[in-house]
Amino acid sequence: MALTSADAAARVASFPMVPGRARVLDRRVETADTVTLTVEPIDQPLHVVPGQFTMLGVPGAGEAPLSVSGGGTTAGDPVLHTVRDVGGVTHLLASAAVGDLLTVRGPYGTGWAAGDGVGRELVVVAGGIGLAPLRPVLRGAVADSARFDRVALLYGARSPSDVLYAAEVEQWRAAGVEVEVTVDYATPGWPGRVGLVTALLGRAVRDPARTLALVCGPEVMMRLVAARLVAAGVPAERVRVSLERNMHCGVGLCGHCQLRELFLCVDGPVLPWSRVGDLLSVREL
Amino acid sequence: MTTRGLDDLLRGHPFFAGLDTAAIELVAGCAHNVHWAPGERIFSDGEPADTFYVLRDGRVALEIHDPAGGGVVIDTLDGGDVLGWSWLVPPYRWFGDGRAVIATSAVALDGACLRGKCDEDPRLGYALLTKVTGVMYERLQATRVRLLDLYGGGRGAHVG
Repeated sequence: MALTSADAAARVASFPMVPGRARVLDRRVETADTVTLTVEPIDQPLHVVPGQFTMLGVPGAGEAPLSVSGGGTTAGDPVLHTVRDVGGVTHLLASAAVGDLLTVRGPYGTGWAAGDGVGRELVVVAGGIGLAPLRPVLRGAVADSARFDRVALLYGARSPSDVLYAAEVEQWRAAGVEVEVTVDYATPGWPGRVGLVTALLGRAVRDPARTLALVCGPEVMMRLVAARLVAAGVPAERVRVSLERNMHCGVGLCGHCQLRELFLCVDGPVLPWSRVGDLLSVREL
Repeated sequence: MTTRGLDDLLRGHPFFAGLDTAAIELVAGCAHNVHWAPGERIFSDGEPADTFYVLRDGRVALEIHDPAGGGVVIDTLDGGDVLGWSWLVPPYRWFGDGRAVIATSAVALDGACLRGKCDEDPRLGYALLTKVTGVMYERLQATRVRLLDLYGGGRGAHVG
């Protein structure tokens, strides 16, 4: 007996691990190895909180956990995923063409809860592809700039050509976000900063007690950044990091993403430093 | 600029935070203001390192000359940073080149003068050495992390 679309939608709604279909509406090349896909969920609308992720898949090939880099704030909106081509599934996803059918489940996990920074100073620290899950926060902050006393973005990239959303970053700057970009490897003519993103923290954090810091990037970078922020006086519960540990089921069953007592797919990916700082220093975890 | 003005500049600079008034006055006796235009060379590799700088504003690029590719920028420093520690370590020669990226202002400190004062006053010497070592530690740590090439080399599709 063939399944109807209504059957498929009901099944997806009933079982959180059953993927629905999603169509690629747009594919935008960001850098040499990174693209942003705009996908339209077909079987079930996604309502995403900034910081959450989905399991995006290629039928017959597999799935990858990918943070949402835009859209989806209203159920039925297309959802943006920024995909870096680093493996088998991500290569297929990054190669998807407009009109292709993918699978999608979710959204899963916790969000940034940037609303906790309303009336405070919001400091966003991103490294590499880590800017992707923070983009919705920055878009929201720009759209409603009166919510925060001040917004700063500190972004570290490998090289000038690896800077994500370069045009949009300049729009954020023009809209009043204090943007600082630094690269590990400069190319001739680069007028900006060279060095680790931690070097930018001293100037960016002006009122530590009133700062909400959202941090995403490679774990080594996040550890250094979070430690510096806390040392500067930012309360550890208001330093939030986004962690990744091989998310697989997305619903806290399989244990692939376990970090001691935490299942990062449901307890995370966004967690306060006060909750995970000690765990990340344990090598066996 | 008067010596009193330099006192104030140094006292307000993060590098000198915690130094007492007497120490600041001693250091200011070896100081003068400098300004560089965009693109201006500040020092070149191998030259005597008889000065170090506390940057007030602007940006300085540290470069290493590569015969194959010209000047490769390995680091940049901005207002609030300290430029140079070769003045404290024999043979007192600059490693790499320093160039102003944009209009930059700094307080220049005579390294030979400071070394003499540190020799005469080990308490001041220890305080300054502690400060410089802190800067060196942070830069070494950052360099080590950059060696990991965290953002490249096939790392991290990342959920986040």
